[in-house]
Amino acid sequence: MSAPLIAPLIEAAGLSVAYRGEDGAPPLQALRAVSIAAEAGEVVGIVGESGCGKSTLAAALIGLLPGNAVVTAGTVRFRGTDFLALPEAGRRGLRGRHIAMAFQDPMTAFSPVLTIGTQLTDFQHHLAGQGRAARRARAGAMLARVGIADAARVLDHYPHELSGGMRQRAAIAAALLMTPEVLIADEPTTALDVTMEAQIIHLLRELRRDYHGAIIVVTHHLGVVGELCDRVHVLYAGEVVETALVDDLYHRPAHPYTRALIACDPAGLTGVTRPLPTIPGRVPELAPPPPGCAFAPRCTLATARCHIEAPPWVAVGPGQGARCHEARPRGCDPGGTDPKGADANGAIR
Amino acid sequence: MLSYAIRRVLLAFLILFVVMLAMYGMVFLVPGDPASVALGPRATPELKALLTARMGLDQPVAVQIWNFFRNAAAGDLGFDVWSRRPVLEVILEVFPRTLVLGLVALGWAVGLGVALGCLAVVWRGRPVDRLLGVLSVGMIAVPSFVVALYSLVIFSVWLGWLPAIGAGERGDFWGQARAVVLPAFAVGIGWVGYTARLVRAAMLEVMGASHIRTARAFGLPERIVVTKYALRVAIIPAIAIIAVGLGGILSSAVFVETVFSRPGIGTLITGAVQKRNYPVVMGTVLFMTAFYLLVVTLADLLIARLDPRVRDVLRG
Repeated sequence: MSAPLIAPLIEAAGLSVAYRGEDGAPPLQALRAVSIAAEAGEVVGIVGESGCGKSTLAAALIGLLPGNAVVTAGTVRFRGTDFLALPEAGRRGLRGRHIAMAFQDPMTAFSPVLTIGTQLTDFQHHLAGQGRAARRARAGAMLARVGIADAARVLDHYPHELSGGMRQRAAIAAALLMTPEVLIADEPTTALDVTMEAQIIHLLRELRRDYHGAIIVVTHHLGVVGELCDRVHVLYAGEVVETALVDDLYHRPAHPYTRALIACDPAGLTGVTRPLPTIPGRVPELAPPPPGCAFAPRCTLATARCHIEAPPWVAVGPGQGARCHEARPRGCDPGGTDPKGADANGAIR
Repeated sequence: MLSYAIRRVLLAFLILFVVMLAMYGMVFLVPGDPASVALGPRATPELKALLTARMGLDQPVAVQIWNFFRNAAAGDLGFDVWSRRPVLEVILEVFPRTLVLGLVALGWAVGLGVALGCLAVVWRGRPVDRLLGVLSVGMIAVPSFVVALYSLVIFSVWLGWLPAIGAGERGDFWGQARAVVLPAFAVGIGWVGYTARLVRAAMLEVMGASHIRTARAFGLPERIVVTKYALRVAIIPAIAIIAVGLGGILSSAVFVETVFSRPGIGTLITGAVQKRNYPVVMGTVLFMTAFYLLVVTLADLLIARLDPRVRDVLRG
């Protein structure tokens, strides 16, 4: 797993996904030419507000797009194999064992009528060779590892008998059961209160140390990204608008949307403001997407060109790029990277 | 769970009490004097008074109601007007036949209905699903006595495969089994369609739930996702409705037993109504109400057994 690979461990390359409209309505472009990649040992964040396509991207990465979604362009590759082109049985073989997901809203992520132990045992069906007792013991050990005290007893509990934090821990334990190469954490802290959120972030940071796979954290919460991630992709209206190392993102954001997001993070406020800052306007309609920059209607820097002409990908620095007419390469970087290149968001280690 | 079971059973008794009260009220409110009806127009006033006294109808209403409840609680539902046998004995003699018919009908109907409902979900939107949708409406729409008549004509009269009438001789298992096939088919076929639609709707809802996505995200085989994760949740509302529907099964048994001249509760009650045998009518209705309440109560307990959330809400 530590051997360097030519292809990234998991990547979406130029991925476009549309949802078929109901009754002849135009299709909704949920993702447009999204390219992201994650390597072993790396934590990649995907940030954006509701409706920007985060969940669609997470679903596509594990091959679980809903029935009305169509991949119109691009691929998802796991170890170089086109995941979406595999037959369903092949994808099923990868799911859980090689790519696992810790779900958003652990309230509904577990079956309400089966005990945690039964479900965690079932989730290890790839180890059919081992008996149920052995798999159940593994489940108990994993629960203990994610910090659930009294794990043996929790196995006999139903999901609704656990607290939100315990359920989220159990969801993470479930995802780690098969030590997958790729762990996708979909909104791991959204359903939790602040104390629980801090605990889960602490847990994920701890897991980072002993876990050698790639972690992809999907969230709308910039704080989570700052705490956990190495690299961040900012998603807006189905497009990656900025890619940066986490420090650059916070200190030198290149895209106006990223700057607005950071300005809205309540954790970054210094004085007392009321009401909290927001980005005026809302996410544009994606059926069909606007011709120019999707963020232009809400952007304080927007010029006439922004409304008509789709902005190019601008490499602003090592490992950082933004999709903006106003973005400029930073400092003395002579623009060694391809200015249009989807490769600009390649792996930096 | 135990306290819930106790409360649920007490509730069933309360409902039974109200039903009995209502039943008594209805009989009491019907105009006419039971003694003159029983004795005919030529009865002397002395004879009427004697019968009224023997039936206890000269007592105050409260006393009459008390006697009714006391007798019913002791299992005394009065006497058959014609045969002079206790009503309960008459009912218990034929009830097993109806119970067997109902259980066989419900068994095959629910089994097939659940399977078809699941198939419709697995092949959602495909021709099989559409065909099942049309078929199930057809099954629900055709009354059971029509199915009974046609199946009797086809399988008994034309093909001669199965007996047309009766319930088979006592002790002759195969004879009884052959005799129950057509009636159970007629009673159950509507329920196949009904259960299939019910399960399909419940399954479609459950299949969209997050925990099904979780099960798929762990690569569980679709067979296990459907049977263990989805059906286990979808069957819960179906159980409640099927239990309530047992009342419908018993009422279609009334028609079907008549068509097949099959002894049972249905033939008993139609005969009793035709002969104005009121004690038997009242006793049968009361007995079936009690039986129905028993089934619904058992279904509620089963739901609580299957759904830990219900169990906990009730515990709290």
